[in-house]
Amino acid sequence: MLSVGIPAPDIDYHALAPEIVVAGTILLILLVDLIFGDRARAHASRIAAFGVLGALIPVLTLGADGGDVSMFNGTFVVDNFALVMKAFFLIVTYLVILVSVDSMSESDVAEPEYYLMTLTALLGMMVMGSSRDLITIFVALETISIPTYLLAGWKKHEHKSNEAMLKYFVFGVLSSAVMLYGMSLVYGATGSTLLSVIAEGPRTDLGQDLGTVMNVGIFLTLVGFAFKVSAVPFHFWTPDTYEGAPTPVTAFLSVASKAGGMVAIFSLIYVGFYGRTDAWQPIIWVMAALSMTVGNMIATKQTNIVRMLAYSSIAQAGFMLVPFAVAPEDGLNSYQSAFSATVIYMLIYGAMNIGAFATLMAIARRTRSGEISSFAGLFSYAPTLAMMMSIFLMSLAGVPIFAGWFAKFVMFQATIDGGTGMAYALGIVAAVNSVIAFFYYGNVIRLMFFREPTVEDRSPIRVPTALGAAIALCAITTVAVGIYPELFARLGERTPF
Amino acid sequence: MVLNQFLLLSLFLFCTGVYGALVRRNGVLVLMSIELMLNAANLNLVAFSAFYKTEISGQVFALFVIAIAAAEVGVGLAIVLLLYRNLSSADLDRADSMKG
Repeated sequence: MLSVGIPAPDIDYHALAPEIVVAGTILLILLVDLIFGDRARAHASRIAAFGVLGALIPVLTLGADGGDVSMFNGTFVVDNFALVMKAFFLIVTYLVILVSVDSMSESDVAEPEYYLMTLTALLGMMVMGSSRDLITIFVALETISIPTYLLAGWKKHEHKSNEAMLKYFVFGVLSSAVMLYGMSLVYGATGSTLLSVIAEGPRTDLGQDLGTVMNVGIFLTLVGFAFKVSAVPFHFWTPDTYEGAPTPVTAFLSVASKAGGMVAIFSLIYVGFYGRTDAWQPIIWVMAALSMTVGNMIATKQTNIVRMLAYSSIAQAGFMLVPFAVAPEDGLNSYQSAFSATVIYMLIYGAMNIGAFATLMAIARRTRSGEISSFAGLFSYAPTLAMMMSIFLMSLAGVPIFAGWFAKFVMFQATIDGGTGMAYALGIVAAVNSVIAFFYYGNVIRLMFFREPTVEDRSPIRVPTALGAAIALCAITTVAVGIYPELFARLGERTPF
Repeated sequence: MVLNQFLLLSLFLFCTGVYGALVRRNGVLVLMSIELMLNAANLNLVAFSAFYKTEISGQVFALFVIAIAAAEVGVGLAIVLLLYRNLSSADLDRADSMKG
């Protein structure tokens, strides 16, 4: 008898619909490219964009339905947090597609494959939002990473792009391996890959103390994810990869891929490791403090705008880690404010950072340069773009009325709710760094408004429609959320995992 | 079943892998070192899984890791090949145009 008594898993297709739509779009792009070849080159971006928007529909209907769905023995959960993250990833990817359309069709790189890789990474991120199991988290993470390694080197004849890809790949797989080893130790200590079982702590029925094994496992796992979100001291690859990669890819990496790693840290810490605060909280505390300080310090010295934004994104990752480091350890439901602080920070960071990169691309179409000095006098010949850039930079710095201040506000709120001496200390580090950040963001704004332009051609810059739409969407979000923070405030709420 | 021997072997493999990945300059050797690290984790997973007897998710995990490692090495070799084509060398230190 070969019939084994494994029951078929109970699949809720409605809850899986967003992933199914994205996977279907990936196959469709592949198929269209296969059948029509070069004639359909230009359609790949349209298929990808419609696929991403199509996947938003089931996310919205699931959100309207309410109620959590748990599938595959609890490894795949669709709850409020998962849906918010899925919607965020879909919208960010849509913006990245808008930003990419013109720069990809103008250069001689492979176009359908570009969208194929972007959507594959998106699929990994969406699964990551629902993962509540070490295996699912690992597979989702690699589904994000492997396509993004390739995307970083998409201009394969350019030396810088090769170098970006190489550095990202080597540090990426190294961190995956370290993280996997950590996961294997966590599995060994707890005897399960399910985060809800890991939350119960190390096994005690063996007559040995497995607490140390588990703590080492937690440490290595978090080190692996620190690489992914480019937290100091695991950030070396970030500036080089961001500078060398094509700019739309950099926007994607700095927002979507970073958020993917952050989501994994969410599920690992708040579902799996929360009971062992003494094992992970000091590590996160140190990484948050270092990321903010080192990121901001080095950003002030940069002459290249992309490198400056890379270091700024390292500092922003530090701000996002602050709420983890200050989450109070008493009781599993006491961390609501820390939890929602990072979610809200991530959503707002997405809008303002994609906007900054999109505006940068529009400006670079004229200046053909990444140097900060090339921004001189931008206001005199491209006032709208200069205004947009200022909005995004001021938002990143945290100036009130732009969304960034609300992100910083909830972050500081979390440190106050944390209520311990260490939490206040980290809050002070964050406050000092918010002030330092004004200098380098402000420097770019000062150049744009108060310097004489250095470029010869001072006719207005023509911005392609898709790129302009992306900039407008980001700017509207940044300003609207800054004025009415209630728009995003509820998105951080959650039902307990 | 003796668990310790497996764990020590895997620790040794992991440390060898970390050393190789950090010290070796040749792209292919770095890939091999990373492969050692992944397999050290696999060994851990399978050993723990066999130790707990009723728990098979470690073995399932190891299967996933094997598949993903193959994909990673595929991409990695393509990257090293591209580097070799553009620089006529598989030495990773040659890719150092960006600093700061």
